[in-house]
Amino acid sequence: MLLKNNRQKVLGLFMLILLLAFFICISIVYGYTDTSWKVAWDAFQQNNGSNEHLVIETVRLPRALIAAAVGSSLAIAGVLMQTLTKNPLASPDIFGVNAGASFAVVIGVTLFSMGNFQAIAWIAFLGAAIATIGVYAIGSFGREGLTPMTITLAGAAVTALFSSFTQGILVLNESALEQVLFWLAGSVQGRKLDILTSVLPYLVVGWIGALLFASKMNVLSMGEDVAKGLGLRTGYIKIILGIIIILLSGGAVAVAGPIGFIGIVIPHITRWVVGIDHRWIIPYAGLLGSILLLIADVLARYIIMPQEVPVGVMTAIIGTPFFIYIARRGFNGK
Amino acid sequence: MSQNKNIRWFKGKVSFLLDTKAIKVFMILLLITALVLIISTALGDMNISPLSVIKVFFGGGTTMEQLVVTSFRLPRILVALLVGISLAIAGGILQGMIRNPLASPDNLGLTGGAAVAVVGFLAFFSDDKNALTVSIKWMPLAAFLGAAIIGILIYLLAWKNGVSPIRLVLIGIGISALMDAFKTLMMILGPIYRASQANIWITGTVHGSTWGNVSILLPLTIVLVTIAMILARKMNIQELGDDVATSVGVHVGRQRFSLMMVATALVGISVAFAGGIGFVGLMAPHMARKLVGSSYGALLPVSALIGGILVMVADLIGRTLFSPLEIPAGVFTSAIGAPYFIYLLFETRKS
Repeated sequence: MLLKNNRQKVLGLFMLILLLAFFICISIVYGYTDTSWKVAWDAFQQNNGSNEHLVIETVRLPRALIAAAVGSSLAIAGVLMQTLTKNPLASPDIFGVNAGASFAVVIGVTLFSMGNFQAIAWIAFLGAAIATIGVYAIGSFGREGLTPMTITLAGAAVTALFSSFTQGILVLNESALEQVLFWLAGSVQGRKLDILTSVLPYLVVGWIGALLFASKMNVLSMGEDVAKGLGLRTGYIKIILGIIIILLSGGAVAVAGPIGFIGIVIPHITRWVVGIDHRWIIPYAGLLGSILLLIADVLARYIIMPQEVPVGVMTAIIGTPFFIYIARRGFNGK
Repeated sequence: MSQNKNIRWFKGKVSFLLDTKAIKVFMILLLITALVLIISTALGDMNISPLSVIKVFFGGGTTMEQLVVTSFRLPRILVALLVGISLAIAGGILQGMIRNPLASPDNLGLTGGAAVAVVGFLAFFSDDKNALTVSIKWMPLAAFLGAAIIGILIYLLAWKNGVSPIRLVLIGIGISALMDAFKTLMMILGPIYRASQANIWITGTVHGSTWGNVSILLPLTIVLVTIAMILARKMNIQELGDDVATSVGVHVGRQRFSLMMVATALVGISVAFAGGIGFVGLMAPHMARKLVGSSYGALLPVSALIGGILVMVADLIGRTLFSPLEIPAGVFTSAIGAPYFIYLLFETRKS
């Protein structure tokens, strides 16, 4: 635990908010189109319709805001999943949420020839929800119930299942491949702001819900029996947490496509910074998630300029070593 | 144990148990394999009667029939058979080693590693006009190297005073997620028709196989399958758990390494020639376990035949059902495999 008392934690929170604002600015100012801080400032004060101003207003700003919203949603969803399943590797992508959403999108594009972003976002939401429920159900079968091993394998299995379907459809329909390939990679680029605004209510409900149930999660993380003994209606809490997870991870994947590893990496870093109290973990994870995705997105613009690396690939490169580290450390010394 | 027969040769220097029931099952499956092979050779754009196919095998038939059977159909069907065998045995080994029925080459990242190697091969060896700068014949080698590197990498990363199955699986899952990311990256960076070319290959197809492929694949498969069979009897002991296996004198770590390498090599060669045909490594060992139980000496050969039959049938359906459109065999193995998988998950719940 890096921050010991409440005063430090409050201070840390303010620092993170400042840092978030700073990285949003960085994300708005730096990129392929050469802009300076002054140009960016002018774009909001007195937009003269020049190319730079247009880029900042219609490309960079939505992109920065979407990255921030998606990052925090993924991180918080990861925290909730890890608490709910007592599994340090739980996160939206490992649970097959991304694969489910991708499958739904490919179906939508090929069978119902969906073209616009809005429709794709909604069908991705649906696919994410189905996959989450499916993995949770499959993972809770088995003799030992919901062990980290069964749920991770169930997630990998559902991922394999959905992605082979996706692959099959794309083989038969090449034009669809062209259409959805950029979505499948996971990116916050090229989205309009109204996609975010249409999903934002769900995300906000998820964020607030996660904060409200933070103290309940503290009790839940002491173990099922203790929680029951302390008078917590665990079944009911679990269902609510499940709904919040679907809102957050579904909303995030709907906007940005499959972006992995944020949901794994951030909860662990957060616990290292503020300890195990979920009332602190949730806000910290949200902020750190936003910051990480913003940084990854800015890096993604520069690595192979003028082309861009999809940010989903960036987070995978950052996140895999971390994942392996956790996997090697094992579950509770097992 | 009346169903087992004890065989001793050379005054007991070579001895093994023969499971009589397993031999019956094996013989029946062998018959089915032969039938599927003949029927599959008979069907296609030009239908030949199964009888003529057999005639061709023995040097008879018309020139046209000989041409279609020996030059067009037989190589790809044999590749399908061999690939099915390799994948099934690899799956059987991995499931035994990891002691989890849901493990398979697909979700351990081996197939993913090979896929990245292929997409990378297509991306890096293309010039400005999108023509390949080196011969496409090197692609299988790239795939094999991809699978081998990932296999070794997973093994090394899972190493921590020995390799535990659970770490192996988890790290495999992590690595396969990373492989997915790389694959998408390379598909996006390359031209779109390369992406669809790579995509067909990743899905898995035996289209365009030649006798050259068969002549490489066949000896490799024979060698690797033989090694797997020799290791099989020790796998039975390993199934009992690391502690028991160690106490009865099995060097668990060394054996796990050799098993992992055999499985990787099997996956590598099959991915090299047929792409990522999914779910065969998962399904075939399970079906075999239903038929002959879980003793590996019987399980591996039976699941090998089942794997071969699965891939041959998938290929047959793929090239005849929607003719003239050809659908990669991998689509059909997934179509059968995915529901089977869900059934399997329900099954484990009951037990």
